[in-house]
Amino acid sequence: MLAATLAISTLAAVFGLLLGYSAVRFRVESDPVVDQIDALLPQTQCGQCSYAGCRPYAEAIAAGEADINRCPPGGEATVLALADLLGRDPKPVEGETKPPSVAIIDEQVCIGCTLCIQACPVDAILGAAKQMHTVIESECTGCELCIEPCPVDCIYMVPIAPDISTWKWPFPAGETQSADREAVSS
Amino acid sequence: MTEQAHKLHRFHGGLHLPRHKEESTRDPVLPMRIPARLIVPLRQHIGESAEACVAPGDRVNKGQLIGRCDTYVGAAVHAPTSGRVVEIADHPVPHPSGLSAPCVVIEPDGRESWGESRLPPIEDYLDADPVSLRNRIREAGIVGLGGAAFPSAVKITPRPGQTLDCLVINGAECEPYITCDDSLMRTHARGVIEGIRILMQALKPRCCLIGIEDHMSGAIAAMRDALGGDEAHGIRIVPIPSLYPAGGERQLIQVLTGREVPSQGLPADIGIVCQNVGTAYAIYRAVAHGEPLISRIITVTGKGVQHPRNLEVLIGTPIADLVAAAEGYTDEVSRLIMGGPMMGFALQSDAIPVVKGTNCILAASHEDVAPPGPVMPCIRCGQCAEVCPAQLLPQQLYWFARAKDFDKAQDYSLFDCIECGCCAYVCPSNIPLVQYYRFAKNEIWAQERERRKADIARERHEFRQARLEQEEREKAERLARKKAALAAKQDDTADDPKKAAIQAALERAKARKAAQEAEQMSAEKADKEPSG
Amino acid sequence: MHFRTQTSPHMTPAHNVGQVMRRVLYALVPGTLAMAWYFGWGVLINVALAVVLAVGLEALMLVLRRRPVIPTLSDYSAVVTGWLFALALPPLTPWWVTLVGVGFAIVVAKHLYGGLGYNPFNPAMVGYVVVLLSFPREMTLWLPPMPLSEVSFGPMQALAAIFLGQLPPGLTWDAITTATPLDLMKTELGRNLTITEIRDNPLFGDFSGKGWEWIGNWFLLGGIALLFMRVITWHIPVAVLGGLAVTAGLFWIVDPDAYASPAFHVFSGAAILGAFFIATDPVSASTTPMGRILYGLGIGVLIYVIRTWGNYPDAVAFAVLLMNMAAPTIDHYTRPRVFGQKPPRRENGGTP
Repeated sequence: MLAATLAISTLAAVFGLLLGYSAVRFRVESDPVVDQIDALLPQTQCGQCSYAGCRPYAEAIAAGEADINRCPPGGEATVLALADLLGRDPKPVEGETKPPSVAIIDEQVCIGCTLCIQACPVDAILGAAKQMHTVIESECTGCELCIEPCPVDCIYMVPIAPDISTWKWPFPAGETQSADREAVSS
Repeated sequence: MTEQAHKLHRFHGGLHLPRHKEESTRDPVLPMRIPARLIVPLRQHIGESAEACVAPGDRVNKGQLIGRCDTYVGAAVHAPTSGRVVEIADHPVPHPSGLSAPCVVIEPDGRESWGESRLPPIEDYLDADPVSLRNRIREAGIVGLGGAAFPSAVKITPRPGQTLDCLVINGAECEPYITCDDSLMRTHARGVIEGIRILMQALKPRCCLIGIEDHMSGAIAAMRDALGGDEAHGIRIVPIPSLYPAGGERQLIQVLTGREVPSQGLPADIGIVCQNVGTAYAIYRAVAHGEPLISRIITVTGKGVQHPRNLEVLIGTPIADLVAAAEGYTDEVSRLIMGGPMMGFALQSDAIPVVKGTNCILAASHEDVAPPGPVMPCIRCGQCAEVCPAQLLPQQLYWFARAKDFDKAQDYSLFDCIECGCCAYVCPSNIPLVQYYRFAKNEIWAQERERRKADIARERHEFRQARLEQEEREKAERLARKKAALAAKQDDTADDPKKAAIQAALERAKARKAAQEAEQMSAEKADKEPSG
Repeated sequence: MHFRTQTSPHMTPAHNVGQVMRRVLYALVPGTLAMAWYFGWGVLINVALAVVLAVGLEALMLVLRRRPVIPTLSDYSAVVTGWLFALALPPLTPWWVTLVGVGFAIVVAKHLYGGLGYNPFNPAMVGYVVVLLSFPREMTLWLPPMPLSEVSFGPMQALAAIFLGQLPPGLTWDAITTATPLDLMKTELGRNLTITEIRDNPLFGDFSGKGWEWIGNWFLLGGIALLFMRVITWHIPVAVLGGLAVTAGLFWIVDPDAYASPAFHVFSGAAILGAFFIATDPVSASTTPMGRILYGLGIGVLIYVIRTWGNYPDAVAFAVLLMNMAAPTIDHYTRPRVFGQKPPRRENGGTP
């Protein structure tokens, strides 16, 4: 009895020391998980997640305050990647996912108020006070943050037209659906 | 023949397919009449698109440069015949997506006049400088005519530190139905051989092996004849066993040399350059005759056309004209395929033009290409792995692609898949395996693109944040300076005794005044109150 | 003119899973007929009953799972499962044993895991193990093979025995049943008899049990046909039989009186049937060439180990199920070298 108690106590002590040592030895200094999460977010800075940008959302996810499915521009791929990184269950994306778009300013209507320039999170709008503004399409993330401030409603979102270099083969039809469709079409 | 047999090797897997080559080889190659309209896409090759250097309304000569391409990986585009440029606009081009891309539309005048546009022929090409030959091949807009359309000049430019050992000429044409290379070798064997000699002059390899599938006896005989038993230059014609995909670059190199092109690498990594016989002929025309790549031989075949045959076609001819030259469609036509039945892609319309890389138009009937049966679950039978020439595990790749587990798919060497279609051909469950792999590859590329875009956006956002912060800080500093200046002023007054005295006097006066005013006010108030 | 598009390859021969499974069925015919020749009508009734039950249950499950019924039934996989299960049964097995076994095979082992292609275990073997463990008495009602049996059952008598449990007048189960050669070998060895003494029993033939050895040969014929029809590859059957024969041979050389000969092991029980028809079930087997060899060797060795030191006289089902569990791991570690790549796990480069 005594031997058993002693043995168990010794084991407990050894493992306790080991755990304590490894906690000190392998301490993770910074909080790289925020960086890892941020790297997976699409950086539209659109705020659809209700946070001020991608980085704040990443911090909120890391802190366990926010769910991983609140990024509509990232869509399913982002949710899956986050679920994979954090070991959480993937969930359907909250909010509507739209096709990727860019903002276009109707230059005839624009009054040059600069409000959209101030709203753009990535400085993708060019122009100065009383001068017509224009969007640098290649830099636009499609966040739509410039639409709201425009006093004359001259900004539109235009879906990016599919082009040969970015065209993707679609996901093939699966087993049962295709079997059904064969049955219907024949 | 005294020639000792060349030692052949074999690649893993592969398929014996029904050949269907006889249909289109009964008649000689027919040079096609000039069509009413030529639609010449500005991007017919791998790499950057060419820039149009003509304007609508311009008259162009045959062979005149109409699309300039200054990037290293790119190819120039030339007018296939003389005529007038009608428009430069987006037209549907040969691509699985069916999407449109910029094209130069030319209305031929039927005169076929070269004007000043012919490049100066290089007569003594067997003694010419390799650099001038390479430049000519670049100028002439020559791309790989086997189907991949990779700019040839890039392929034959040696990279520093690499020695070239062997030039492999691909005349295997392993896909069923296609016979354009076969016809080319039977009709223009001399030109092909001269093209190969030019390539050898440009590359200076130790040897040259021409691989031709052993059932193409006519082509082999014609090529041997053209070579004239001349083995002195180290050129050898090697009949290889007919096994799909023996015409794949990597497979052909393995069959002929026993060497494996490294995964994710190029033949140049093992001292080999591989060129198609059609490319060799185009090089001969460009060097010896100064003709840029403006026409090629294309097979029009399948039970969907009345008269399957090979045609010599101007680049940019709409497919409908090719079909008309093959005496039109039959009632059985059900699918139009550019390329062969294994790796080609289906087209939505016959208004699409043919391009440099087009080797075959297959107007297929249901008999040629039966619609696949219902898709059933994978039973892991492993037949796909047995036939895979890249020695992959197609069923594993399928599971990963299906689950969108792209990391795992790459771990199982997804990008070593050459999309030959052997796995899908043997799959008893009729799973569209190749499409799964293409989907996965496209998704991985798209994710890569998006990641790069996100990185730029992040950088710009961070820059903006930093700028805003700086502006804020500067504003705060300015404010602080102003305040400090004001405070300093007050401090100054406290310091100077004279000013202090004046200030004190002023304050005293003010206080007196205030006291008087207060008195007055209270008096007024007192006056008003009783009456109020 | 406009056309419908489709992905390549466009040229696909007309083939389907049903074709593969039908070939398996053709290959089972000679062995099954041989078994019926030696053990009577009961074998054929078992097969028919198990097939009908399997197809019926499969249809029911498909309806419940809202999957297309006809295309899936036409893959013939349920027929194969039912047939293989029936071949493992004694010739006069009561109908309800078949029902329970097939039920487990189709409902639990196959459809609860997601249907054909998704089952990690061989359904027929799961069904067999379930009834073997649940109904040990019924599962040992083996008749003596034809040349030794004194009574012969006509089709009606076999039906009565299977469905009503009635034997012809004057017979009892104890009187007509006998041990299988493997069973006998095991019990007699347990009684410390030598192999030579045991083999004096009339149940034994030239190198295995009378009748049994010939059934094995007929299944072998079907298996070779499968190889030629390219339904299976040589790896698994050769590895299973090789693993079994080599292990048995080693012990036999050491002490031929205490350990039965390799020929006895190969031609007894379900070894050949298992090697060609059960272990080769592609869904639950290993898929890489090297993996198939390891998987087969594992089954062969396990058959010998369980037969010799385990509690059950035959072990094909247990060995197959155990190796089914190991198959994904085997596959993971036996990935073939990809064209143009260096052997896996030796990734640091260098020029070729």
